Amino acid sequence: MKRFIGFIKKEFYHIFRDRRSLFILFGMPVAQILLFGFAITNEINNVDIAILDHSKDATTKEIINKIAASKYFSINQFIEKESDIEVVFKKGKVKAVLNFEKDFSKNLIKENHANIQVITDATDPNTANTISNYVNAILQNYLKEQNKSLTAAYQIVPKTRMVYNPELKSVYMFVPGVMTIILMLVSAMMTSISITREKELGTMEILLVSPLKPIQVIIGKVFPYIFLSIINAIVIIVLSIFIFKMPVQGSLFLLGMESVLFIITALALGILISTISATQQTAMMISLMGLMLPVILLSGFIFPITSMPLPLQVISHIIPAKWFIIIIKAIMLKGVGLQYIWKETLILLGMAVFFIALSVKKYKIRLE
Amino acid sequence: MNNNKVIHVEGLTKMFGDFAAVDAITFDVKKGEIFGFLGANGAGKTTAMKMLIGISSPTSGKASVAGFDVITQAEDIKKNIGYMSQKFALYDDLTVKENITFFGGIYGLSRKHIKEKSAVLIEELGLENVANKLVGSLPLGWKQKLSFSVSLLHDPKIVFLDEPTGGVDPITRRQFWEMIYKAANQGTTVFVTTHYMDEAEYCDRVSIMVNGKIEALDTPKRLKEQFKAADMNDVFLKLARG
Repeated sequence: MKRFIGFIKKEFYHIFRDRRSLFILFGMPVAQILLFGFAITNEINNVDIAILDHSKDATTKEIINKIAASKYFSINQFIEKESDIEVVFKKGKVKAVLNFEKDFSKNLIKENHANIQVITDATDPNTANTISNYVNAILQNYLKEQNKSLTAAYQIVPKTRMVYNPELKSVYMFVPGVMTIILMLVSAMMTSISITREKELGTMEILLVSPLKPIQVIIGKVFPYIFLSIINAIVIIVLSIFIFKMPVQGSLFLLGMESVLFIITALALGILISTISATQQTAMMISLMGLMLPVILLSGFIFPITSMPLPLQVISHIIPAKWFIIIIKAIMLKGVGLQYIWKETLILLGMAVFFIALSVKKYKIRLE
Repeated sequence: MNNNKVIHVEGLTKMFGDFAAVDAITFDVKKGEIFGFLGANGAGKTTAMKMLIGISSPTSGKASVAGFDVITQAEDIKKNIGYMSQKFALYDDLTVKENITFFGGIYGLSRKHIKEKSAVLIEELGLENVANKLVGSLPLGWKQKLSFSVSLLHDPKIVFLDEPTGGVDPITRRQFWEMIYKAANQGTTVFVTTHYMDEAEYCDRVSIMVNGKIEALDTPKRLKEQFKAADMNDVFLKLARG
């Protein structure tokens, strides 16, 4: 035990004396969570639009005012002719143009029918989609107000309710993802680098010739990272609660336990990587390519798994991050207990056991 | 088992596929001896040594170190030996004192014991002024001497040195050999690989490995007579050329 404590002390010296790893450990989580929280968002706010109004009557004015009053759009300019549409788009600032047909009011009253063309800049398809949806919503809203007096014979009124994230805040979606990335990064990449570093320096050989057992060396190397990863998880959760007002509906204890499970899985992966790479650089490349990319692309963090092609959906099943994201989303947003996520937890546990067994076996083979 | 023989090797072999890196070597090392393990690069010295220190298992043959079998009792061997590898292997980002404390710790020395030892060691090496400096800032010669002292920290019966003087200046090499003599005088057996032939003259006995086999083994004096050579360099060249 005394040997073990000495070993861990040494690991902390390594970590705290290396500015690079300190930055990755503590700078990265904060930077990422703030970046994802503030800068990267699916919501639209104050999108610049242009108006081409061919009729300039009472109705169009009312609609334009309604749009201008919403926080989603701000009217950048009024244009006069069709050919200007292309010009404003090419300048790049305006993301959408509303084109009201001639005699808008008259048509509406006489024929119960009037046209607005909504042209959006689809170089960014997601934003374009969102913009056209929002414009539609505002128009529907306007119509409903106008038609209050009239009662149609039949009417289907969908009343949608978004549950668990009623304001559709994208930060709710990013926090679990970022937490997963950070824990993966710290646990897997940092441990694989720190183990290969000893191999590169030749100190691993000295440790193996010492009475320390290989398993003690491994545990000694990963223990500090378990500790630091837990601190990181706490920092991320605290930041998201206090800065982004993210709710944690479920039990904090369960969230903590699941995080520890995921951290252990990631650490086992880190050990595995260190057994197959001879240098720190190789370890880093394998961690980035083999772990980070799948976590970002295939875990359902950014791109929904259900809309992926089947082969990718199958691959996504073997990515531990996918299950962890499902688990923490369920705990944080839905507030469920273990009875709803035991399946995912079991899968993650199985993966952890598998990777630990594999890395222990690999490590032994390396020692011959 | 003769008590006087601290290392006993019989037909020790290591195969990598069809290639015999170490080909049925047999030799003994006596207690308190400085045993030179010579050979060109790639002759199999390091592989042989790795089997003796228990981090590589032999394909066939047997060997015992400090009375323990290398195959079945590797853990017991580890407690009784010190090892200094080819690569300089202390932690650059730890101070001199921290390195000593760490390595003392993994060999299970008590805190008090480590404190006493490190005070003596730092004084002997003249490192008082840099005891709290990072090892990375020390010149290579100092690091090598420190590394050797650290490998002796737990008073091992045998210390294995793998080309310990690679890349250091002649004066430091000289001082290094003085340290080796001192350790040998205190009863530690020294097993040292080198390819500096002048260093071979300092050893009590030397073995010369060529292509995985031990081709000669005796005191430097008798080897020179046997091969009618002026110095060990000559002996080595005659052997290596066949």
